[in-house]
Amino acid sequence: MAVARAARAHRPGCDAETMAQVELTGIAKSFGEVRVLRDVSLEIRDGEFVTILGPSGCGKSTLLRIIAGLERQDAGRIRIGARTVDTLRPNERDIAMVFQSYALYPHLTVAGNLALPLRMRLLSWQQRLPGARWFSPHIRAVERDINRRVSEAAALLQMETLLPRKPAQLSGGQKQRVAVGRAMVREPRVFLMDEPLSNLDAELRVHMRAEIAQLHRRLGVTFIYVTHDQAEAMTMSDRVVVMMDGQPLQFSSPGAIYSDPVDLRVARFVGSPRINTLPGVTTGRRSIDLAGLELPFDVALAAGERVTVAIRPAATGVAGQHGLPGSGVPGLSGRLVHRENLGSDLFLHARIDALDTTVIVRQDPSAIDAFPLGMQLQVDIPVDQALAFNSAGARIRSRVVARAAAS
Amino acid sequence: MTVGNLASAADTVEADRQRDWREALAAMALVGPATALIVVFLIGPLVCIALLSLTDYQLGAKALRFVGLANYAEMFGDRVFRRSLENTLTYVGVVVPLSVFLGLGAALLIEASASLRGFYRTIFFLPVMATLIAMAVVWEFVLHPQFGMLNLALNAIGMTGQDWLHDRKIVLFTFCGIGVWQSLGFNMVLFMAGLTSIPRDLYEAAEVDGAGQAWNRFWTVTWPLLGPVTLFVVVISAIRSFQVFDAIQVLTKGGPNRASEVLLYTMYSEGFEYFRSGYAAAVTMVFLAFVLALALFKTWFLDRRVHYG
Repeated sequence: MAVARAARAHRPGCDAETMAQVELTGIAKSFGEVRVLRDVSLEIRDGEFVTILGPSGCGKSTLLRIIAGLERQDAGRIRIGARTVDTLRPNERDIAMVFQSYALYPHLTVAGNLALPLRMRLLSWQQRLPGARWFSPHIRAVERDINRRVSEAAALLQMETLLPRKPAQLSGGQKQRVAVGRAMVREPRVFLMDEPLSNLDAELRVHMRAEIAQLHRRLGVTFIYVTHDQAEAMTMSDRVVVMMDGQPLQFSSPGAIYSDPVDLRVARFVGSPRINTLPGVTTGRRSIDLAGLELPFDVALAAGERVTVAIRPAATGVAGQHGLPGSGVPGLSGRLVHRENLGSDLFLHARIDALDTTVIVRQDPSAIDAFPLGMQLQVDIPVDQALAFNSAGARIRSRVVARAAAS
Repeated sequence: MTVGNLASAADTVEADRQRDWREALAAMALVGPATALIVVFLIGPLVCIALLSLTDYQLGAKALRFVGLANYAEMFGDRVFRRSLENTLTYVGVVVPLSVFLGLGAALLIEASASLRGFYRTIFFLPVMATLIAMAVVWEFVLHPQFGMLNLALNAIGMTGQDWLHDRKIVLFTFCGIGVWQSLGFNMVLFMAGLTSIPRDLYEAAEVDGAGQAWNRFWTVTWPLLGPVTLFVVVISAIRSFQVFDAIQVLTKGGPNRASEVLLYTMYSEGFEYFRSGYAAAVTMVFLAFVLALALFKTWFLDRRVHYG
């Protein structure tokens, strides 16, 4: 915090200048014939932690590289703070980037790696010449300042002991920490992170997740984080952008991404195990027909339209459980074909022959003995938790109507 | 502890010993062939040469006499040998830096632009593939004082041509030029391989860190990361330069007046023209000393500094 605050205090100018909202308008990018990004517009607020989440090849890394200035967009505009940065070089954009491969300079020590961006900015090439410092007290003063800032950053990341080492002598997690430190010493207004944790082992990833979120809180600057790992997106971000096929599908809080997806692809991408999707047909009577099971929906739809009903494994149940008489609607009949006991959750895989699909139902692991393999069961589809999507994958908004049984 | 237990313990010790012995035998069987080949084809001949250099053996002679360091004393007292050594060191001193830096420059230029990359690469690499003996004919043609292309070209722009191969002051540098021409392409290809192995992320990190302009980028990323390749190129160029022989043999035979005499040429003429095998062996030892020194220099000193371990 001290580092970032100090940097802000050093900078001349008013608050508006140090604000770092990032505004993308109509960004498009093609590599040859391949359209990687099409018309991406996002508004990221100052100090926000935003994660760009998507499968590989969705264009999320390209978008980050365009924000960084490593790639030039074909169309569209980028503003960081009050400035339009489209024509600026990466180092002029007041951003810092952490790469997936860490991208540390192998010939420099950790201290040298951290100092490099500062040396580049604060010293001219003549002043950087070896030995130049012996002739100029000014250079020595600048170098003292650089060293002070390097040790501050190292202290913040608790890696003072690593300073004299070369990158080859560090573990993956340590390298990542150095890469973050190198981004930090520059006191950027925006941190860009391109899958920084994907080269680490699972345990370390969880640990670093917490550390990066903590760092964000301490520095209070804008973070834009790219990942394909939904756990990272859900745990660290203020808001998540889900991207597919070069377009942001949804930009909202992690909670809304999970429970209120606007697109079937978002619903499918987020959540583990995957959301259950069931093919249905509209009846024309404000309801959807799932192989004879009629789910009431309050949206008027023409009869005979193909829709998809999606429901999280945790939202389903086995009908008749908890003393609820089938939640008002009869369940889908299925046969238990597989059980997964994760200790905290028990997932039942029920084959629904009528829909030619398998539905995953979450149960409490303590109930495992009640579900022998091969048993017949009724899968409950609570209407208030079910999400409906049209044939193009867009969400059909619906309020729950009074249950058929109750009416 | 019962007697039976003791007996079985003794059995295990015996079994362990037998297994150790078998493992040692297997290890020796595995390294044996390679060791034998190295001894027969490398170390053996070297020892023979070293011993030979202490005798007055002449090729075909029925007897030889141990003369101690007499060959070496004669060699270092001999003006021809000193001249030859001097020429060789000059040649190495000119060809190594020039071919390394021009090779690096060519590699950087070719890598920088995507168009015609393959074409340039082939052009520069051509001299490496061509046999120097054959190319020497072309060089003779180019360098001929009267109708050589080089002099014709110089005359055309109003400069006086030189007798490139027969002027004592120039001839060594003419060979330096040929040497650079020959090894530049090889070095360039090595550098190009080195350049493609530099991760792109590092250049991008340099760009974000403010070292994006060509000059800064070179010193921050390219040059440090080419360290291992550069070391290899320098050592290989030096060893190849010490071995310069064929062009000189074909074009000048060390002349005029020993102005282009080099170590290998001295060795050749002593050993195969005057049949003084003992003396030639002593010259060979000097040559080997240089090459060995280079190899040791590389492994012990520089390898550690360029791999950033």
